[in-house]
Amino acid sequence: MAGQFANKVVLVTGAGSGIGFAIASAFAQEDAKVVVADIMASAGEESVARIKDSGGEATFIRADVGNASEVEALAAGAVGAYGQLDCAVNNAGVGGDSALIAECTLENWNDVMTANLTGVFLCMKYEIPQILKQGGGAIVNISSMVGVVGDAGSAPYVASKHGVVGVTKTAALQYAAQGIRVNAVCPGNTQTPIFDYAKENTPDIYERLMAATPFGRLAQPSEIANAAVWLCSDAASFCTGHALVVDGGYTAQ
Amino acid sequence: MAGDFDGRAALVTGAGAGIGRAIALALANEGASVVVADIAVDGGEETLRLIEEDGGRAIFVATDVSQPEQVQALVTATVDTYGQLDCAFNNAGIARESQLFLADTPLEIFDQIIDVNLRGVFLCMKYELQQMLSQGGGGAIVNTASTMAWVASPGSPIYSASKHGVVGLTKSAAIAYADQGIRINAVCPGNTDTAILAPTKAKASSVIDALIENTPLRRLADPMEIAKAALWLGSDGASFCTGHAMLVDGGFVAH
Repeated sequence: MAGQFANKVVLVTGAGSGIGFAIASAFAQEDAKVVVADIMASAGEESVARIKDSGGEATFIRADVGNASEVEALAAGAVGAYGQLDCAVNNAGVGGDSALIAECTLENWNDVMTANLTGVFLCMKYEIPQILKQGGGAIVNISSMVGVVGDAGSAPYVASKHGVVGVTKTAALQYAAQGIRVNAVCPGNTQTPIFDYAKENTPDIYERLMAATPFGRLAQPSEIANAAVWLCSDAASFCTGHALVVDGGYTAQ
Repeated sequence: MAGDFDGRAALVTGAGAGIGRAIALALANEGASVVVADIAVDGGEETLRLIEEDGGRAIFVATDVSQPEQVQALVTATVDTYGQLDCAFNNAGIARESQLFLADTPLEIFDQIIDVNLRGVFLCMKYELQQMLSQGGGGAIVNTASTMAWVASPGSPIYSASKHGVVGLTKSAAIAYADQGIRINAVCPGNTDTAILAPTKAKASSVIDALIENTPLRRLADPMEIAKAALWLGSDGASFCTGHAMLVDGGFVAH
């Protein structure tokens, strides 16, 4: 039986690892043709190989989402590879260093904002014209549970993820009438390289977050991927401008 | 083909019409054994007939969700029939205000709306949770709230209060029962093409036009679009979602 994304082309950024790889795999499993984008060529190529090993279709395009010309080339490359672009999941992001604001370097701030917020803006900027040309589609931006609540850990990360929710809502309103749905997924603490990094470098924060998650465990990347795939599917036809929180109850408390 | 709810017993309140009927039909279509609950016998039996006609499995239990003994009997009937309760969709709700401002709202209207929309969800969760806990934990509950749980309109203060309350109950219960593996979320429909809009339509069709105008997707939702979101929250696909109020509103709250 054909998957629900048969004949669709889906672009996933940050698909070389973690949540992005899980999303790319989940779409491939539903028969999408997947464009795997990542700044790390080796990781992206590895994702494509794993998807193909499982019988899926994917191609890798290296892109730094903070660089406008590379993102423009990414969108063009997706169309070049598969002839169209139906859905995009803008997932690429970095954790940055945790620091009190008074000690947070401008470089740390700029690095995180460029990857997490400018990156999402640039991706949508170059994805939307193509999707409009085709008469509609769906975009999901990956924010975070700290896109809807604060956290004492990292100002640039929290600010950038709040920004992702803001730009998601604006894009949803701007393009609703033209058939593009735009939503965000806000993952809680998930078993990914970003989280492994936090565990190693700031174990106190890691322990606090674990203890503060009502489910008492981390999310698996596939659980976040399920939400992103569902929001892109036709089942979510009346969902736009929403920030779907997938956090094991963290923000409810 | 295997359905997402194969082998599961699912209860739906307010399943005699509108969104509740769509949820019940969608659940049966995904393989669930369904309990159709509604205060309206005609509507409930019609939903039952539609499910059976489609080859699904269901029973109807006439229930006023504001009455504890009736809700308790509903859960008992579910377990007597199917041996268990895996998912509950607490969807029954009423709207009694049509452009009714707070100072003009009779106490009776307040009591009627709160009795069904908030006390009803409380009672349903109370007895559903007791059953799920007695099964050793696990399960999923989805409460139907509204965009009026996020924002308000001047002409429906009590409806809005009741739906804000539903989200509060949802979050509180989600946290309380997370470690027993019970997931509890709310779905928040925007303006949906159901009978609940009928009084508004009758009184002022310009109000409906304004609702559509204020919805970025420029239309009302079909009940099945809300049902699909509710089902997803109740499914294993949403295994890390709990305590969330999910908007299905065509962008209404985003602006």
